[in-house]
Amino acid sequence: MPSPHLKNQTAVVGVGTTQFGRLPGMDTYDLGAWALKEALNDCGLTSADIDGVIVNRIPDYQRFSESFGLNPRFALSTPGQGRMSGVSIQIAAMAVASGMAKTIALVYGNDGRSAGDKYGGEGDRYGSGGAGQFFPYGMTSPGAVHAMMFARHMHQYGTTSEQLAAIPVAFRKHASLNPSAVMRELITVEQHQASKFIAEPLHIYDYCMINDGGVALIITSADRAKDMKKSPAYIRGFSQSSKLKDSTFPPDDLWYSAIQKTATDVYEMAGVKREDLDALMIYDNFSPTVLFSLEGFGFCKQGEGGDWIQNGRLELGGQFPTNTSGGHLSESYMQGWGLNVEAVRQIRGECNQRQIKDAKLIQYMCAAPLMTSIIYGKDAV
Amino acid sequence: MSDYLKPLPKIDELNQAHWHGAQQGRLMVQQCKQCNTYRYPFKKMCADCYSIEVEWKQVSGKGSIWSWCVFHRPYFKGFESEMPYNVVLVELDEGIRIYSNLVGALIDELEIGMRVKACFDAVTSDVSLVKFEKDAP
Repeated sequence: MPSPHLKNQTAVVGVGTTQFGRLPGMDTYDLGAWALKEALNDCGLTSADIDGVIVNRIPDYQRFSESFGLNPRFALSTPGQGRMSGVSIQIAAMAVASGMAKTIALVYGNDGRSAGDKYGGEGDRYGSGGAGQFFPYGMTSPGAVHAMMFARHMHQYGTTSEQLAAIPVAFRKHASLNPSAVMRELITVEQHQASKFIAEPLHIYDYCMINDGGVALIITSADRAKDMKKSPAYIRGFSQSSKLKDSTFPPDDLWYSAIQKTATDVYEMAGVKREDLDALMIYDNFSPTVLFSLEGFGFCKQGEGGDWIQNGRLELGGQFPTNTSGGHLSESYMQGWGLNVEAVRQIRGECNQRQIKDAKLIQYMCAAPLMTSIIYGKDAV
Repeated sequence: MSDYLKPLPKIDELNQAHWHGAQQGRLMVQQCKQCNTYRYPFKKMCADCYSIEVEWKQVSGKGSIWSWCVFHRPYFKGFESEMPYNVVLVELDEGIRIYSNLVGALIDELEIGMRVKACFDAVTSDVSLVKFEKDAP
């Protein structure tokens, strides 16, 4: 577990997002720069205040820093995998807390839609660099891996696709209240069930969308955070764990034990109980990931997720409003970054129609071979 | 030369014993010479004892389906004509897992736990793929 001394030592003070959808003619650098301009404007800082840069999915920190006119003393590029958003934010928090940098810009750009990314077929790099060896059998895509994990959950616990539909249906409802979301038309469980399969048992509505867009976050120390334009979202707890050994294939427990480790650490560091949380932001590359996360983080017992998510429990007004922006399934696939921004905006009370009343504590979580979680708080208590 | 349109394995020094075995109807996998751990996917070094010494062993080819999915979207041109197609993750009795296809079965028959055995599909004159068929329970 990260040192409890790091609790509330850092905060997100600025967030910026581009439009989402199809943005032809813009590469990851352009999209990242657009988002960073928005984030600086959001907190009232200028590029001269930035002394740390982490770029994600943008291939080169040097080229990005040059084009944005930055001379940070701390710079890093992280790989374009969704699990890396949480990792990047945690590294920024640690770098600021240690004094390595005062104010770090985290910048993400994704031109996947315009670039024609498919996440399956010859370009597939998912898994432990091992995808290619199974192409002769037609095995490809992270979606198919998650389909197999869900088939396993169905077999072991009797979970059904109809139960799973509660997740995309809830997130679409939230997206309908978010003007920035790409998919805003409501869907029903029946429509989910009638929609085409991509990798059966997953339907198209269980898949995130491939979009263009950019997101930026500014992280600084809790002391400096007090002087910014808007109120901070304190980074109250964070943790990581992994299941990387033998990760060419999904693990027997569908990541359950590794997620549990992440959960124990993050709740202990933050001094937070599940029932204290006002909202959840759960990495939703595919609907089953949300189910695995809820079980692993202990919101319900393993295998009971299918029942537990029914009756609007994840919807605004429900017990644990989840992915109030619409998430990856409906707002835009910004690989975790958009969900972290949504946590900050909820804590600031900027979410208009989809605002959770008096949101004080929000947890981000990402279940993948490398798992992360971050708990944001309105007050540094 | 061949009108086979699906992706073919990239045969190299690390995996050639596997593909050579498949051509002869044998399922060959790496086993660590030092600690006897199987290595699949094929690796230069054992992740348990770091030995680089390896032996190729023939395994039974018998196992059961750990999970399955059915592709309804074609990601590879060669598969377009047989949509939808299944991919199964088989757990061999030796503990090794392997992605493959279940042949001679309908989609509705795919079932976790189903007993299967390896069969070999000579897709070109140089390559046989390791596929699976139903076995007696």
